[in-house]
Amino acid sequence: MATQTRSLPGVATTARRSEGVWRDAFGRLRKNKLALLGAFGVLLLLFAGIFGPMLAPWPYQAQDLEAITANGSEPIPPFQDMSHPLGTDQLGRDILSRLLDGAQVSMTVAFVVQLVVLFIGVPLGAIAGWLGGRTDTYLMRITDVFYAFPDLLFIILMSVAFRETAFGRALNGVLLVFVAIGLTSWVTVARLIRGQLLSLKETEFVEAARAIGVSDRNIVTRHLLPNAIGPVIVAVTLGIPTAILAEATLAYIGIGVQPPRASWGTLIAEGQPFIRSYPWLTLFPGILIATALMSFTFLGDGLRDALDPKLKGKQ
Amino acid sequence: MEEAVSLELTPDEAARITREQRETKAAKSKYLLEVKNLSTHFFTPDGVVRAVDDVSFELGYGETLGLVGESGCGKSVTALSLTRLVPNPPGKIVAGSVVFDGVDLLKLSDEGMRKLRGKEIGFIFQDPLTSLNPTLTIGYQIAEAIRQHMGLSKKASYDRVVELLAKVGIPRARDRLNDYPHQFSGGMRQRVMIAIALSCDPKLILADEPTTALDVTIQAQILELISVLSDEFGTAVLMITHDLGIAAGMCDRVNVMYAGRIVETGSVDVIFERPRMPYAWGLLDSLPRLDDVRSDRLRTIEGLPPLLINVPDACRFNPRCAYARDACRDHEPELTPREEPGHYARCWATDKGGWIP
Repeated sequence: MATQTRSLPGVATTARRSEGVWRDAFGRLRKNKLALLGAFGVLLLLFAGIFGPMLAPWPYQAQDLEAITANGSEPIPPFQDMSHPLGTDQLGRDILSRLLDGAQVSMTVAFVVQLVVLFIGVPLGAIAGWLGGRTDTYLMRITDVFYAFPDLLFIILMSVAFRETAFGRALNGVLLVFVAIGLTSWVTVARLIRGQLLSLKETEFVEAARAIGVSDRNIVTRHLLPNAIGPVIVAVTLGIPTAILAEATLAYIGIGVQPPRASWGTLIAEGQPFIRSYPWLTLFPGILIATALMSFTFLGDGLRDALDPKLKGKQ
Repeated sequence: MEEAVSLELTPDEAARITREQRETKAAKSKYLLEVKNLSTHFFTPDGVVRAVDDVSFELGYGETLGLVGESGCGKSVTALSLTRLVPNPPGKIVAGSVVFDGVDLLKLSDEGMRKLRGKEIGFIFQDPLTSLNPTLTIGYQIAEAIRQHMGLSKKASYDRVVELLAKVGIPRARDRLNDYPHQFSGGMRQRVMIAIALSCDPKLILADEPTTALDVTIQAQILELISVLSDEFGTAVLMITHDLGIAAGMCDRVNVMYAGRIVETGSVDVIFERPRMPYAWGLLDSLPRLDDVRSDRLRTIEGLPPLLINVPDACRFNPRCAYARDACRDHEPELTPREEPGHYARCWATDKGGWIP
């Protein structure tokens, strides 16, 4: 009986804190300079997205006609007039304020689209991977159809079809675009989850969980999904720039955010005819889009390395 | 310290109990587990694999029964069949009955079976490194069975987890609740698996090669732990192993399995002292011995177990058996009683009128 309480060799006797997978991953992420830069950019953009409209010196639609008139009916260039630090457009609207307003749209797009993606992709992939067989085949064929469909065409069709409905008008037409973008991008996550579950469900800890009478549902939600979540986080983070870009593209061709509200895409579209005479109209939103894309991509890459150290260095 | 925890006593006692049980066959409730004609087949593209073929055995309350044999003899599939965990497809239990504590498990609903697993029947797996979920804490994984089956609150279940961890010899149990499996050594993880198996006071523990993945010193500790705790809780154990040494030390009775069949069954003493089946001789011969200084190589049984597709009506061991004669190739022998009560063997050569006395 004495053996029961005898302490074993190789067991640390000093108390120490529990280290989870997440803490480990965070430690690795912190060492990655580029990822930190990305995280910093993401935080900055998030901050701009949430508090931007409050910090903006002007309302996004306000026209400072006096200033323009004083400038000979020309848009005010950046860094000239401190009440318009980044200048105005030809209608006298403050560029900085409009960019901050656009940040809100872009950040909302970033997260709402990914929510839609997770909401569709995770359950669908989980069901397909767990049940396998015929269900898997059917669900994956549906996924293939969505994958094969031209994204832009689908989004345009959807926004045209629903434009006049309550859903289409919700949130100034933005919600429709978000959902449409989400509907075209859940495929990656669904496939990812399915693939993960296909291999994970053969592991012994699943058999062990079954052997103690855990229900199928709990096995999937408690045992398998947490194991599959790493790659999903990476996919979602890397999906954000795609979504931002998609929104900007759509805004550029006039779908989505309606004037006078601004998104970075509409700002570029509005400034584009004057790109030679007033380059700052397109330059600033362009810089912001590029920054956002790079920040999220760096962060996503860093997360991938942090969550799966084996992958590091092999691309 | 290592006072061999009443292991000396049990074989005789068990032999007596077994004898009594065999004599009073009518009183079936004496057995905790009664497996009758269990057959589990795998339907593969190459044909039907009869992994478990017409297997029958009994297990008394609190008894430790060994199931020994080479790899691929159907030991694990037997254990999985008992809890209906055989992966389906391709596996399917095609015939037989498994009466556990008066209930035929094969007739139970899926939900009924799920409620039984972990509560009445605990399972200890071979490889503790892969049987624990790497993303969940040890505390959660032990508490899971308890919460699943005993309806305890989170706090009460964690209290019980601490108690269990202390019982299986994990120091500072309360501090380690929130640790993850990778922070435990192999032996410690197997202790955790034992804690999980014992968490709901099961009547039966299926131990599927519980020490194969561990080194020898840890192996001894784990085996002693299983034996001490099963005595303490009065739990019956089905010990699956390919190591006859383990069977000798742990079990009251032993079933020797070969090619999906039970080929010999008897008390542990009989199997080790007077086995009546050449396969059992081969297994015993291949054990390393301290007193054998003549050779530095281990003896083996030549050849491999047969593929279990299209098995002919013949003794399944005959291609590897040094004593095989035509009779062995013509018909498969039955499990027939031998001198000792409760000792059965499946062999023409050692049966009445056989050519091995």
